[in-house]
Amino acid sequence: MTSLFQEVSPGAAEDTPTRQITVTVNGESRTAVVEPRLVLAHLLRQAFHLTGTHTGCDTSNCGACTVLFDGTPVKSCTMFAVQADGHEVMTVEGLAGPSELHAIQEGFKEEHGLQCGFCTPGMMMASKALLEENPNPTEDEIRWALSGNLCRCTGYQNIVKAVMWAAKKLEDQ
Amino acid sequence: MTAVDEVKIGGMGASRRRVEDNRFIRGKGNYVDDIVLPGMLHMEILRSPLAHARIKSIDASKAWAMPGVRLVLTGETMAARNLAWMPTLSYDTQAVLATDKVRFQGQEVACVIADDPYIAKDACEAIFVDYEPLPPIVNPMQSLADGAPLIRDDKENQSDNVIYDWEVGDREGTDRAFAQADLVSKIELHYPRSHPSPIECCGSIADFNRSTSKLTVYMTTQAPHIIRAAVALVAELPEQMIRIVSPDIGGGFGNKVPVYPGYVASILASILLERPVKWIEDRTGNLISTGFARDIYLHGELALRKDGRILGVRMKATADHGAFFSDAQPSKFKIGLMHSAFACYDIPNAHLLARGVYTNKAPGGVAYRCSFRVTEAMFFQERMVQAAADDLGMDQAEFRRVNFVRDDDFPHRTPWGFLTDSGQYSKCLDVGLEAIGYQDFLKEKEEAAKRGRLLGIGISTMTEPLGAGNSREYDILGIKMFDSAELKIHMTGKALLRTGAKSQGQGHETTWAQIVAHELGLPAEDILVEEGDTDTAPFGMGTYASRSTPVAGAAVAMVSRKIRAKARKIAAHLLEISEEDVEWELGRFYVRSQPERGVTIQECAMAAYSNMPDGMEPGLENVAYYDPPNLTWPFACYIVTVEVDPETGVWDVLRLVAVDDCGVRINPMIVEGQIMGGLTEAYAMANMQFITFDEYGNCIGSNFTDYLLPTAWETPGFELHEVVTPCPHHPIGAKGIGECAAVGGPAAFVNAVMDALKGTGTRNIDMPLFPDRVYEALQTGADVSGAPPVRIGEA
Repeated sequence: MTSLFQEVSPGAAEDTPTRQITVTVNGESRTAVVEPRLVLAHLLRQAFHLTGTHTGCDTSNCGACTVLFDGTPVKSCTMFAVQADGHEVMTVEGLAGPSELHAIQEGFKEEHGLQCGFCTPGMMMASKALLEENPNPTEDEIRWALSGNLCRCTGYQNIVKAVMWAAKKLEDQ
Repeated sequence: MTAVDEVKIGGMGASRRRVEDNRFIRGKGNYVDDIVLPGMLHMEILRSPLAHARIKSIDASKAWAMPGVRLVLTGETMAARNLAWMPTLSYDTQAVLATDKVRFQGQEVACVIADDPYIAKDACEAIFVDYEPLPPIVNPMQSLADGAPLIRDDKENQSDNVIYDWEVGDREGTDRAFAQADLVSKIELHYPRSHPSPIECCGSIADFNRSTSKLTVYMTTQAPHIIRAAVALVAELPEQMIRIVSPDIGGGFGNKVPVYPGYVASILASILLERPVKWIEDRTGNLISTGFARDIYLHGELALRKDGRILGVRMKATADHGAFFSDAQPSKFKIGLMHSAFACYDIPNAHLLARGVYTNKAPGGVAYRCSFRVTEAMFFQERMVQAAADDLGMDQAEFRRVNFVRDDDFPHRTPWGFLTDSGQYSKCLDVGLEAIGYQDFLKEKEEAAKRGRLLGIGISTMTEPLGAGNSREYDILGIKMFDSAELKIHMTGKALLRTGAKSQGQGHETTWAQIVAHELGLPAEDILVEEGDTDTAPFGMGTYASRSTPVAGAAVAMVSRKIRAKARKIAAHLLEISEEDVEWELGRFYVRSQPERGVTIQECAMAAYSNMPDGMEPGLENVAYYDPPNLTWPFACYIVTVEVDPETGVWDVLRLVAVDDCGVRINPMIVEGQIMGGLTEAYAMANMQFITFDEYGNCIGSNFTDYLLPTAWETPGFELHEVVTPCPHHPIGAKGIGECAAVGGPAAFVNAVMDALKGTGTRNIDMPLFPDRVYEALQTGADVSGAPPVRIGEA
């Protein structure tokens, strides 16, 4: 814990079970005391202030909360924070360093792969997992890999193009 | 020196990459749930599990006793402050928290405000509500039946479940047309209930500061100024003390226009507790209680002459509005712009009867990606048109062409009195037919039929009214529908632009700057665009009904022209000539007789603060309020080909061609993005999106496992084409576009499947065209209704 204190609800402290966990988030080791029922998305958003991870459905359908868990895309709204204890999590904020952009981020901008931007972080994290496993995917492979992530704005065609743009850029690098 | 190159400065016509993307791709958007205020508490809503029940008692004592609970609100608490009911945008009332009865499943019954959302949710579960169940009503037939239970017994003078009866058109003339008809084509249709479902749910943070008396509300609203007015009226707070901030919005599609009980409750909670209160809706709450769309039944008739001309149209529509009539729509029209149907066809006689009814379903019929019921109007139109062409035995493309308003027939008065002003309807259709290879497909279809394969082609052509107002005809709660733009040119030639609209993904921060660049020659990147804060933005009616570009976008052009007019006077002063001798080219004023002598717009900006002419007011800032003379009328032609599997009823899209004429395109990349988004929602409506109810009033479709949205895997690819007919009255010739494909698209999919089934006897299958419905049609040759209560197997 780095904070001097954490205020708790009166009367709640002695009854509420908590557990201390340490998670490597975007390469940085971070520790928090959490209730076992806290979901990972809320740990990232509320405790670690990484608000790029969004929640849109609570039932793991929409994928807005997708993060990489030891490199694998998971839906952080349906995983408990305690399950991440001792593991590595990467969020959209970890895609590139300060004042840098990952090829996937550039691709989404170049190919107009986003409109309202709410699904975008999850979409990009799922794309990252895909490109690491399959650096040169076909359109069908991209559509399948992103089929756990819903977008209401774009109709996906430009998202597919964005991933292809990124694949090419990464290949050229 | 010469004029600046408009393409280089990111002006009109440039597919400029989006400014807002810079934060979104970094995960640095600022959505309402990202905002954290000091001392902030969290609110959760307890919702009714029953569709219709009397509340006998509510016991919240256990919730109050839970550690971390700060406040429990019930209907009683609200009633004590005269806030149990609120006015709707359609002159009805809606319960904020139920006092007497619950009238739909998911209705707001109580709110808990606690230290964190987990505690608040736990406490909601600890509230005991004693209900006495009443018979629920889930469709208009039940609602209108003799002896039906009265849903709105809270209203005086309400003896049945009818909300309105509304009539428009010429009944006698239409009767005469039908008497003269060679053939009358009839069809029964239901446009099912759907839900816009932006990926971000609704939410608010109310922050009342007792020491300043100022109320700030951060909320998911597409129309912050309307909300400010509503809060002033409902909460009786002085309007200057209310600040509504609409931060980044994760999609709207109409869902974020209405005023929801959660907003009101969070405001009251903040006033009572004097702390910020955050309410973030969960997905189930969003799906079962916020603004749904559609749910209209139609009996449609076309009077036809043998040669294919339509002589008259009759529409009888019954709208299921749910428990409260809280549609967001112009007050003059009871069923939105339903009477804009058939606007692209030259039809002399038309008559529409509309009836609205209450049911025990969620209220708030919103214009889901459409301009006030236009989606239903155009769907009904194009389904009626296809059925009529089939009844006449006429080619569906030719039937449309015969009845189109001709290019030289504008302005044209539509059957129900709208005035269309421009279009090249036949040309759009031709572009579409050529792109899809119409004649070749018809041959392919015939060949395939010989081998037992079912191919179909569906066409949908329509012009729709986008961009309310004019203010003569369009208002919401009496507030006239215009919009605004304020432009401040700083002395260094950089600028700040604010409008009364509010982007939810449409890219205003990018495109508004392009309009200013086009008008003034300032590089688009030098113009910062801000929207959504009522303390800083000029008054406007917000973004929905595809009205941003037609109205606020026009205001951006007009305010730029005001700035240019003042800059011209400054230029004359700097050039030491009379204003009449000043000429303009993009970015620069010059001396008519000496074109090489000139000043840039940036030099004029500096002079406005440092060297203005004698007697001139300093500064270079202005505001424009734009009240359009008419709606804009984009036209579209969507053509879909499908193959239906006769063994299973599953259908696949083979190709999808879209031809859109939205006038001049400000940013072609963004326009195409809007079209593709609309096509996807059209596909979704035709294929899977479906909110229905069982006989008990349980909402089927209360999460994304039941309410299906298309993923990248199912969504077809799009082939986009364009025709450009500039809008004659819009300052830059643009028309609305955001909704066209969602409006015109669904009929193309349904028409394609129905074309594949032609000859089976089935005239209609209600959307969504689930495989089991198509299969049933193939087996029975009968129409397949999708009206609730849900049929076994569909739940």
